Amino acid sequence: MTGAGPPCFHCGEPIPAGTIIRARLAGREEPMCCHGCKAVAEFIAGAGLDDYYKYRDAAAARADEAYRPDRWSAYDRADLVERLSRPEPNGARSITVLLEGLRCAACSWLADRALHLQSGVLDVSVNPATARARFVWDPAKVRLGDLLRVLEHVGLRPHPLAGEPAGQLSTLERRTALKRLAVAGFGMMQVMMFAVPLYIGESSGMEAGIRELLRLVSMLIAVPVALYAGWPFYVGAWQAIRARGISMDVPVSIAIALAFFASVWNALRGHGEVYFDSVTMFVFFLSLGRYVEMIARHRAGSVADALARLAPVTARRVRGGTVEDVQAVELAVGDELLVRTGEVFAADGAVLEGDGRVDESMLTGESTAIVKAPGAPVHAGTQNLGVPLRVRVAAVAGDTVLSGIVMLLERAQAQRPRLARAADRAAAWFLGRILLGAAAVFAIWCFVDPSRAFPATLAVLVVTCPCALSLAMPAAIAAATAELARRGVLVAQSDALEVLARATHVLWDKTGTLTRGLIRVEEVRPLADVPDSECLRLAVALERMSEHPIAKAFLASDQGAVTASDLVIVPGQGVEGRVEQRRLRIGSPDFAAGLSDIASAPAWLAGESWVCLGDRSGLLAAFRLTDQLRPEASHCVAELARLGLASEIASGDEEAAVARIAERIGIGRHAARLRPEQKLARLEALQAAGAVVVAVGDGINDAPLLRGADVAVAMGRGSALAHTSADLILVRDSLDELPDTVQLARRTQRVIRQNLAWSIVYNVAALPLAAFGFVPPWLAAIGMSLSSVAVVLNAMRLSRTPRNRSGRNWTLSRPAEVA
Amino acid sequence: MSIIYVLIPLGLVLVGIGLWAFFWAVGSGQFDDLDSPGWTVLSDDERPPATPARDEKDER
Repeated sequence: MTGAGPPCFHCGEPIPAGTIIRARLAGREEPMCCHGCKAVAEFIAGAGLDDYYKYRDAAAARADEAYRPDRWSAYDRADLVERLSRPEPNGARSITVLLEGLRCAACSWLADRALHLQSGVLDVSVNPATARARFVWDPAKVRLGDLLRVLEHVGLRPHPLAGEPAGQLSTLERRTALKRLAVAGFGMMQVMMFAVPLYIGESSGMEAGIRELLRLVSMLIAVPVALYAGWPFYVGAWQAIRARGISMDVPVSIAIALAFFASVWNALRGHGEVYFDSVTMFVFFLSLGRYVEMIARHRAGSVADALARLAPVTARRVRGGTVEDVQAVELAVGDELLVRTGEVFAADGAVLEGDGRVDESMLTGESTAIVKAPGAPVHAGTQNLGVPLRVRVAAVAGDTVLSGIVMLLERAQAQRPRLARAADRAAAWFLGRILLGAAAVFAIWCFVDPSRAFPATLAVLVVTCPCALSLAMPAAIAAATAELARRGVLVAQSDALEVLARATHVLWDKTGTLTRGLIRVEEVRPLADVPDSECLRLAVALERMSEHPIAKAFLASDQGAVTASDLVIVPGQGVEGRVEQRRLRIGSPDFAAGLSDIASAPAWLAGESWVCLGDRSGLLAAFRLTDQLRPEASHCVAELARLGLASEIASGDEEAAVARIAERIGIGRHAARLRPEQKLARLEALQAAGAVVVAVGDGINDAPLLRGADVAVAMGRGSALAHTSADLILVRDSLDELPDTVQLARRTQRVIRQNLAWSIVYNVAALPLAAFGFVPPWLAAIGMSLSSVAVVLNAMRLSRTPRNRSGRNWTLSRPAEVA
Repeated sequence: MSIIYVLIPLGLVLVGIGLWAFFWAVGSGQFDDLDSPGWTVLSDDERPPATPARDEKDER
């Protein structure tokens, strides 16, 4: 388990107990969690860039322990450079790369400085919002591979993006949204400026010509606001209607259109009310909400980015006995590939030669590597951890399993069950109330004075719609979103909060979500008269040279004291070697016992994930390896249970491992060995039974699950594909904030209801009074503003909440909501 | 008061110019990245100042 000491200086993760790795930085010894982080930190300090640690506002990504510099040498080839980069004047070339692990402005400063320190780099621009860097370099002075290597050294793994157009889609979208927002904002301010004299003129008298001018000018300004700035709402409404659905855009569009055309009509004929101020304010606040949401969505990344990270650009093809580097797009079915240790498969295929170990965690979520004998299938995007493999290509490009997952993802996205349902409810609720109110007003006025029935009804529709819709909901959601962002929870879909407040079930992924996704030595059980620490020391010495994921578990406690010689790796069994003149074996219990004459290993070692150390006299110790549980996981699950959310694990991992984790956290239901589509089926079964399901995941294999869930939560360190599918992203990569988020979502709903109630009460009370002539217009204008201010202030309460981090003992005072 | 018939259209023209300038700025990428330009001040120096003002603020 994790120690209580300081976190890793570089990545901020807790340091596993027993790990003593220190890096000397600026004359001080700083604790590190692994050798990868140590190497990165020392490189950063060595290059004179250690001020990065002062400026950064987020911890860095955990460095990959199995870090191999030679993967960049492929980028030294001229034809590949030609394809990836664009020519610049004077023989220089420019390239755009996606930087994995770019989290804050200090990271972008680091990338910028690290590149500038290289000779031959002419220009660098780093954009932290899109995690992209573009740099211009002189191929005659420095090689591309070296530059990419430098970036990886400072902890920002680059992914060259081939053929990405200069005017990227997301950039264009953001620019257009910003322009629409500006039109709405400028328009709102101008119209307000003319609305005030109109209100005052109403009571104190105003020259008819000036009144006419002010109204016509207001109309002139409101036209671009309603038509240009409001355009996305009409498009959205039209799409919803064509799909025979109803979304938030429909009542919004109706409100804008009604208020706008009624005002234009009144302005042109010269008498009657004009509502240009309401229209422009309405459009501005709605656009502002959409803009903030879009920024969050862009930060969450896009599918294209995610695929750029996974699929390798190059592959090694074996043809006629020689190995040649080719681009992945050139591969065809039947080609023979050589995939070296640490490389990622470029295509699906079958192993021809070599007993390999492949990390398939991105497909299955399974934390341990899969043994691949000749004939076994391998998949694009997975990583070869063992010996070099020769592979016969069976499927390329769109036919790979990876592409299948992406397609599954797109299908789930197209159906968008949760969005439609949430919007349905909201729209039905609002439309119902407002239309009901308007109908009542119309009926009453028909009895009193039929000639005034239509204007009065229109007034009710126009004034209640914008006020309730434009402020009550968006203000509360904006305040909640901002507060959550401060706590490290990114809201990518704002209606997720509404659904989260009603959630009944949580479906957890195991690896990387409930656990850290890193194998660690959890328990050392001595079997002979040798102390634990000595056994661990010997085990580390044996495992140091191994690439096996189990070896990484031991390397976490590496103190670099002893080394082993005469190492023999027995595939699927373990490692044999000589440490300090002693012959030792580490690996499966029977393999380790095989060195001595004693019979096989004790029976209790079978079944669980035990690794044994043995010498000629018998077994010395057994190590239990587990994926480390997140320390906050059980607290989080218990807290959610108190809020009335039932938890369930859906994992791709082995039954025994899942069951043990479930038991330790206190989750009653679990399902193991599930493929992505089976996870989705489990989710749909829950939804069919009426549950509102929150899915929490981190991997690519979780992406379809996340897409299908009512609310999807992704871990901050999770894959980019998971981020694109998520409604909420836990940026700090900790589950601590999840129960608080549920509580905040519920409070947000309460505030929205209060706001709506207030708006309706105010309007219902004030409108008839104004209509009967009891309230002079200037008083109505002040009342209207005060009403809006009250709504906004009420919403602001959401962002003033004290953080409940210490709220472990904080009790929810509403047991009714738990039930 | 008839000056208002000149001033209001004049105000409209100014708003138009302001909007045009903003559109130009957005179009030329001025608003694409609002975070990192603040840091370019630091990257001009070989070594940024040892104690940035931000740290002091955070400690308070």
